[in-house]
Amino acid sequence: MAVSPFQSKKFMVPFSIFWFVWISAHQLVLYKMGLDWFAALTDSIVSNTLLIWGAWLVFTIMRYYLPRKEGIFNLFLLVIVLTAAWFFAQSFIMNVIYPGNAQYREMLNNTLPLRIGIAFLINGCVTMFAYAYYNWQEKSDTDKQKNEAEKLTRDAELYKLRQQLQPHFLFNALNSINALISIKPDEARKMVQQLSEFLRTTLKKEEKQWVKLDEELHSLQLYLDIEKVRFGNRLTTRIEADVDTLTMQLPALLLQPLVENAIKFGLYDTTESTQITVKAMVVDNELKVAVENPFDAETSPAKKGTGFGLSSVQRRLFLLFGRNELLQTETKENIFITTVMIPQWQTINEEVQQ
Amino acid sequence: MSYKVLIIDDEPLARAVVKEYLEKHTQLQLAEECSNGFEGVKAVQQHEPDLIFLDIQMPKITGFEMLELIENPPHVIFTTAYDEFAMQAFEANAVDYLLKPFSQERFDKAISKWMEKNNAADTKATENLLKEAARHPQQNERVVVKTGSKIKIIPVQEIHYMEAADDYVKIITAEGAFLKKQTMGYFEDVLDASLFVRTHRSYMVNIQEITRIDPYEKENHIALLKSGAKIPVSRAGYPKLKSILGL
Repeated sequence: MAVSPFQSKKFMVPFSIFWFVWISAHQLVLYKMGLDWFAALTDSIVSNTLLIWGAWLVFTIMRYYLPRKEGIFNLFLLVIVLTAAWFFAQSFIMNVIYPGNAQYREMLNNTLPLRIGIAFLINGCVTMFAYAYYNWQEKSDTDKQKNEAEKLTRDAELYKLRQQLQPHFLFNALNSINALISIKPDEARKMVQQLSEFLRTTLKKEEKQWVKLDEELHSLQLYLDIEKVRFGNRLTTRIEADVDTLTMQLPALLLQPLVENAIKFGLYDTTESTQITVKAMVVDNELKVAVENPFDAETSPAKKGTGFGLSSVQRRLFLLFGRNELLQTETKENIFITTVMIPQWQTINEEVQQ
Repeated sequence: MSYKVLIIDDEPLARAVVKEYLEKHTQLQLAEECSNGFEGVKAVQQHEPDLIFLDIQMPKITGFEMLELIENPPHVIFTTAYDEFAMQAFEANAVDYLLKPFSQERFDKAISKWMEKNNAADTKATENLLKEAARHPQQNERVVVKTGSKIKIIPVQEIHYMEAADDYVKIITAEGAFLKKQTMGYFEDVLDASLFVRTHRSYMVNIQEITRIDPYEKENHIALLKSGAKIPVSRAGYPKLKSILGL
């Protein structure tokens, strides 16, 4: 529901001052025209109080009924009706207070067209102002709703993008465990524990927007250990993180899809063994993480690197930071490098504390 | 009677499970274990197995691509973790598919299903399966061909044009021509239609290779490629080419 300006102090103070000045001016004019002080004051107060009351009426009506474009004519009618009502009410009241004051009656008749004109103008102005005011308020309401709706969709999308756990990974890990149970029961047990710990940290992190790099690297290590059991000695991994990066913040579960992508293209692009390297460093106060995997330039067209695994990360970074260039890919000889830059904002820290 | 089988999977532990489950089926002899499609192609030629257990996601070439390279592919039981695209293919045509991790009971069931099918000599199955598998997204990014004993992976961007040659399609790239046992219609279905145009009953061309289109004889045209090759454009092919090039 729209808020009437009569409920706001910010509006009422200038509004009252205006009318005070206006009433005084009105009274002064009548006095100069030869009316006595008392009659001038009474007339001014009566006619202007009626106008204020009219203004209040206009605002109250429009609070409930705001005409669209085709209803603008109704506003014009409203102004005419208000002015007529004002005129009759004013004449009636003044007649009651001043029955038979000839000088006053004469003055009233002389200034009649002028007074009606001014009343009409004031009513018109008030109506236009009310119309503009409520239109503006309605617009800012819809804008607010739109912003809220957009924020909700963005949050939902971010949540979905964070849910990165691939069913592929889970089922293959379970299959490895299934194999180990009869061959190497001890290792099967170990892998069940690794998988559980990984799932637990992942579930916990899905609720959080931001984590410290060392937490993220810890679950990354768990993930890589599981993949190493799957692929045997074909997969080796290295994680190199500068000490000052470990306490830096990054969006939760951001790195795992990058590493998943690196394994997918590194390991499935060769029949030999593959090394995946993760490097973290500080560049211009931002956290830079690079994931490297070898690839075969001959059989993998370059566009493959920007596949759907990476585009979801890019989308997430865009939603969080409003920047599109935070994720970059490059190739150096036979190494494919995916780099993410994570700005370290003050706001991030605040959000983490919440 | 005993049958020869192969296990083709890149994960050692995944092979170990199948091997273990196989132990109780004494009529099935494990001829070889392969860890990728290349080894798989060789082993199929060498052992001529009756049945193979095949993973789909493997290094370099997928299980589907491996099957395409084999003249008369044997019966296949797929063993895979999760692949929504392949699922449709499985449901339509595979002997059976085992979703990892699977149990001994489920495995036994697949074997007995195959035994029945094998007796019915259902050879169409694998063929149909490959047609379905063509819908797998990876299939339209590259073409896998065999040249002698070598296997070549051609990214589709590198194809200049294709030409029908009896039961084969000749694929011409900068490195030369490769033969693939396939139909033009297949490639027309599978390849990106904004990149490849069937300009003629027997020709399909990569539009990025075209430098010029000239009129030729009555109502026909000729497309000139960067490599200098001249590709016939039929009366029916010309409007298709024009609309894709935005002429």
